[in-house]
Amino acid sequence: MKVSNVPFKGTKEQEAKLLEVIAQYKDQKGALMPIMQEAQEIYGYLPYQVQKIISDQTGIPIEKIYGVATFYAQFSMSPKGKYVVSVCLGTACYVKGSGNVLEEVEKVLGISDGECTPDGKFSIETCRCVGACGLAPVMIVGGDVYGKMTPDMVAGILAKYE
Amino acid sequence: MADIKVTVDNITVTVPEGTTLLDAARKAGIDVPTLCYLRDTNEIAACRMCVCEVEGARALVAACVYPCTDGMVAHTNTEKIKEYRRKTLKLILSDHDQDCLACKRSTNCELQTMCKRYGIDKSNEFEGKRNEFVIDDSSASIVRDNNKCILCRRCVGACEKLQGIGVIGANERGFDTYIGSAFNLPLAETSCVNCGQCIVACPVGALYEKDSTAAVKAAIADPEKVVIVQPAPSVRVGLGECFGMPIGTEVEGKMSAALHRLGFDKVFDTNFAADLTIMEEGYELINRVNNGGALPLITSCSPGWIKFCEHYYPELIPNLSSCKSPQQMFGAVTKTYYAEKMGIDPAKIVSVSVMPCTAKKFEVGREDQSASGFADVDYALTTRELGRMINEAGIDFLNLPDEPYDNPLGEYTGAAVIFGATGGVMEAALRTAVEVISGEELINLDFTDVRGTDGIKEASYTVEPLGEVKVAIASGLANARKLLDMVKSGEKTYHFIEIMACPGGCVNGGGQPHVPSNIKNFVDVRAERAKGLYTLDKNAKLRKSHENPIVQQLYKEYFGEPNSEKAHHVLHTTYVERKVNEDHE
Repeated sequence: MKVSNVPFKGTKEQEAKLLEVIAQYKDQKGALMPIMQEAQEIYGYLPYQVQKIISDQTGIPIEKIYGVATFYAQFSMSPKGKYVVSVCLGTACYVKGSGNVLEEVEKVLGISDGECTPDGKFSIETCRCVGACGLAPVMIVGGDVYGKMTPDMVAGILAKYE
Repeated sequence: MADIKVTVDNITVTVPEGTTLLDAARKAGIDVPTLCYLRDTNEIAACRMCVCEVEGARALVAACVYPCTDGMVAHTNTEKIKEYRRKTLKLILSDHDQDCLACKRSTNCELQTMCKRYGIDKSNEFEGKRNEFVIDDSSASIVRDNNKCILCRRCVGACEKLQGIGVIGANERGFDTYIGSAFNLPLAETSCVNCGQCIVACPVGALYEKDSTAAVKAAIADPEKVVIVQPAPSVRVGLGECFGMPIGTEVEGKMSAALHRLGFDKVFDTNFAADLTIMEEGYELINRVNNGGALPLITSCSPGWIKFCEHYYPELIPNLSSCKSPQQMFGAVTKTYYAEKMGIDPAKIVSVSVMPCTAKKFEVGREDQSASGFADVDYALTTRELGRMINEAGIDFLNLPDEPYDNPLGEYTGAAVIFGATGGVMEAALRTAVEVISGEELINLDFTDVRGTDGIKEASYTVEPLGEVKVAIASGLANARKLLDMVKSGEKTYHFIEIMACPGGCVNGGGQPHVPSNIKNFVDVRAERAKGLYTLDKNAKLRKSHENPIVQQLYKEYFGEPNSEKAHHVLHTTYVERKVNEDHE
């Protein structure tokens, strides 16, 4: 799991909401999963600062929280960027070379799959089939779909979102 | 519970209902192999080494957690089982750094033992991708090399269940799984208390102490330096195990002989400082009781406990005894009183300790632990490190003569040597406190209520003119937590509490020799080692700390009286508040 180097921008309101959630579940058995799920709803991801609040409030060691966060794919330790870049790794896209497209995206943005650029602008998420196999390989940037992608198209497309 | 009959490899044994197949097999004289199982610490049936066949069962079962039923017939050693175990071992080895030659655990590695037992060599059909981990040596005490880790989680169980801390655990999943701290923080940046219970739980070479032997050997080789060594009480009932002696064999005399042969200039004894601790801590207790100081007074000998208190119970810091630990008191006296008396420049003294403890390596670097202006103790070796030094030097330990400790700081009473067992500090303190407070000679010196390996013990004594004195003892930090929570809630009140970080006290410290799990799961190592200490106490001519003639001389010549201003400067220290989870940007 890659830990984000995007500065934490949690608000007082978010923290108040999280504390409310923790108070609600605190003394229940198996409280950790729902707390973590709701914390991710509130913040969009689970950075150190959020896991620390959960740990300090519940007495659950932060390592235990981190262990759970890194075990389940549903939890993210990286915020979503302003523009989410999705590269489809479904079978059709993959055999048409989407692996190379992803590699190029990672190279251009200087981050890996699941991470967010330090300026908070882009994050990369791979996905499995978006139902547009005729356009394979497919890349989606901030909701805009780009078909028949080649690696040399990547830099130009991303530049439009600068 | 009712007794049931179980047949294991054609031997029928009677065991209580609910007994695991592992224990029933042991009763039938069979050592079923285990790697991840550690009784009361890690019972998760993860490694699958202990699989056995039970007639009528659908598949192989994990003996370590499989409960026996009446009339059950089990087989532990069929060809099918052995083939399964070989595969398991090969799968473990396929992602294991097999550089065994100089591995600290070579010859007492449980994985190596298992491979030998089942004839596993380097040829491995599962050879493939391997994880490569960076060694974490950030901690003053503990080094983690995950390239050797077999993911058994015994260290995780020790940290979480025995110690109630949980700074290490399994991160990621599948092939990427590794044991580490949250956000992969270096261990030194967590609330790890350096107790080393993870090290003694580890079956392989993935965890070991930060080496101090190189620095000590360099100091010994330097003719300018006066190298003074002090071994702790528990080392004398652990060290023999490094040389194949039975668990708990007392080797006090041989240890002195070995330390002299290693070239230490003076071989003294931490026990001397344990007597001194009782004087300072005993009077501190009396002062607090008489002057309304913070009670309960809580002992400060165990640096693992101290750091735990600073992280998890900072509100109890005023309750901690301000006394340095015996190790640090010893170092402080060496570089002040002894240096002055002998006319040695304290700058030239290298103060070395041998401890059953890894937290002592952290303690030597703490603030406010340098009475002479130089560190009270320069290097803290573990029992294991001393064993390695003796072995490397070619000293025939088993055939060494018994030799005495040097004068004057080698003198001790029976009260000091029992510091190594849980309840020992309490008993030693009681012997002195009762006599000092009542002004009458204490006839029965054995305070048996405070002995034994129970995690929490309590007792109360009537000491005139004070009245009732209530005491409690906890060993193992999970137990300490239970006890302190009762104190905090007001459910319990005490005058004096002894806390040792390691379960059973220092005899079971994180720096003690490794005991393989197939022994540790069936023998109470803590009790075996403690026995040796209580025998030394019983046979000692003097058994009360205040009767130690050198301690008396030290007060007469140097400190004046216990808790004097000078004593405070040299023998006492301060603590710092720490967070459980540090703030990170």
